[in-house]
Amino acid sequence: MTKRMTLKLVAAAAILGVAGMAQAQQTIKIANIVELSGPGTTAGTVFKNGVELAVKEINENGGILGKKIENYTVDTQTNPGVAKGLTQKAVDDGVFAIYGPVYSGSIMVSMAESKRGEVPNFTGGEAAAITAQGNPYVFRTAFGQSVSFPKLAKFINTKAKTLAVIYVNNDFGKGGRDTLAKLLDGSSTKVVADISTDAGQVDFSAAVLKAKQSNADAIFAYTNEEESARLLRELKKQGWNKPVIGETTLVGQKVIELAGDAANGAIAHVGLTVDAPNPEMLKFKAKYYQAYGSISDHNGIKGYTGVYVLKAAIEKVGKLDRKAVAQALHGIQISAKKNPGVIMDVSFDANGDLDRESYLIEVKNGRQVVTATLPPLNAKK
Amino acid sequence: MTDFLQLFFSGLATGSIYALAALGFTLLWQASGTINFAQGEFVMLPAFMMLGFMAAGFPLVLSFAASCVLSVFVLGWLFKRGVVDPLFKFGMMPIVVATIGLSIAMRNAVRAGYSAEPQPFPNLFPDEVYNLAGVTISATDIGTFVFAMILVLATQAFLAKTVTGRAMQAVAQNTESASVLGINVPRMIFYTFAINAVLAAAAAILVTPTYLAKFDMGSSLGNKAFFAAIIGGFNNSRGALLGGVIVGVCENLAAAYISPAYKDAVALIIFMVVILFKPQGLLGKKVERKV
Repeated sequence: MTKRMTLKLVAAAAILGVAGMAQAQQTIKIANIVELSGPGTTAGTVFKNGVELAVKEINENGGILGKKIENYTVDTQTNPGVAKGLTQKAVDDGVFAIYGPVYSGSIMVSMAESKRGEVPNFTGGEAAAITAQGNPYVFRTAFGQSVSFPKLAKFINTKAKTLAVIYVNNDFGKGGRDTLAKLLDGSSTKVVADISTDAGQVDFSAAVLKAKQSNADAIFAYTNEEESARLLRELKKQGWNKPVIGETTLVGQKVIELAGDAANGAIAHVGLTVDAPNPEMLKFKAKYYQAYGSISDHNGIKGYTGVYVLKAAIEKVGKLDRKAVAQALHGIQISAKKNPGVIMDVSFDANGDLDRESYLIEVKNGRQVVTATLPPLNAKK
Repeated sequence: MTDFLQLFFSGLATGSIYALAALGFTLLWQASGTINFAQGEFVMLPAFMMLGFMAAGFPLVLSFAASCVLSVFVLGWLFKRGVVDPLFKFGMMPIVVATIGLSIAMRNAVRAGYSAEPQPFPNLFPDEVYNLAGVTISATDIGTFVFAMILVLATQAFLAKTVTGRAMQAVAQNTESASVLGINVPRMIFYTFAINAVLAAAAAILVTPTYLAKFDMGSSLGNKAFFAAIIGGFNNSRGALLGGVIVGVCENLAAAYISPAYKDAVALIIFMVVILFKPQGLLGKKVERKV
């Protein structure tokens, strides 16, 4: 009797177990590992919002291959060590894909865990070194510096003979500064001041003074969002009236909001902007505003399109196989016409770097104004 | 020389903000023998109170006045009744630990209840910039320095020249004797907490346009103010002013003449040098051990 009972219990447990596994496969679990505190709060929060908006939309439209996405979010505190631990935990939890971290320093450390677990990892980090590591599971949601900076350097050549560089002393900032220095080396523009600042820095008076002393034709400012706002305010305060040129973070919506009038006149190359002349982008802008009551910056677009890129790759593979999806992403070309959620046509190369159109932006009257649309770096001529 | 003056004046404005927060440390220490490690968060909370009042349609100055009243209630009365009074009998250490816990709780409550993102904050002073012999000084720098000076000196005068101020100092020096002399000790201690709350609100209106309203804006401000208070002398209000100005100016000079990378270490280095050679701080008095 006891033996029979035991057998029944074992059988019941087995059935429940199988049912549980079947249940587990009903959803595609993704982890959002982002900066919700520390210096990266703005970037991480908006990236997370973008991911959540895409997940909600995809689930409402039937999911991916008929399966809903299950999304959870954790805070890295903008600390690479915490990010690594959380990525390890996400891998242990068996997630299908990881979104974040957004900060380059954090993804540089944490991506070893997603590689070990063979989990596709979509990052907002832009440091050139991220995809140079040869990690087949890491994919960008925006340009890396190796794609955006050649376009930027060409533009700087047309604007300045001498340049002061103010950068944030972390992987993101140093990566950008090194990439630009290489590109400008031997060109018509000479770097005459090289000024490092700290993440979370409050007072930029000394940095701006050094830039002024260099008497450069323009400043290249490459700091994170909050610091960009503070830097722009200090530049205005000290009466800087020459061009301030930057990359995406310099003219983000949050930067414009925080810097106020001081943001006017800032020029930047941006890979993503909600003001791009693209109907899908304008739809995204409206949806984001409706959901969160604010205008998304580039990080929101990164998170949002990142989920749709995963959807396109899974649908291409036709099954929920992480390894196969990662393989399919290398060399993939996703058309926005067939996959409106990706907003713009996009392609990924063998390193996980993406390429697509980009824009030159100038802040005018507290708004981003697109002054030029630049073709993909590797566009067929 | 022009660059030096530029850095000096800019550092003076930042230093005066440190001084306001540092004054909170010295006041509480003198009145109740307490170190409040939530002092930075005591500046952060009024900033969000002001944002709340402004969102309700109040202008900035009125929002500031309303925040001062609310701060006296929350950071003065509630803090004294809820944290200091129940723990006072157990000595200083439990209060110190409680204020560390309070700072974490306040940060996370604002993050969860409001937002983790920084919020812009209007400037009390106009956006004017003046050029004096090649030195660019903004109206904000001048206004911040003057406003902070007035507050620090007024607090100093209140403590030294008024009956209530002297009673507060008497309580700080010897609670038992003050009580025997008929001074209402709990009331004097409450006054100290109330003044600290108003100073925190004043620091908030000055500092937030630069720091931006964010749940963790008080962390670095609290640290710098703590170092400034020790550098100037923990038992002297004027010491807080001196310490704040020294830290603000030296940070700026170090960033320009050495490297911006070492800027945040400046306060710590000055602090270490001062406690090695003058443990009571630059203007502090040696305190004899009571037996």
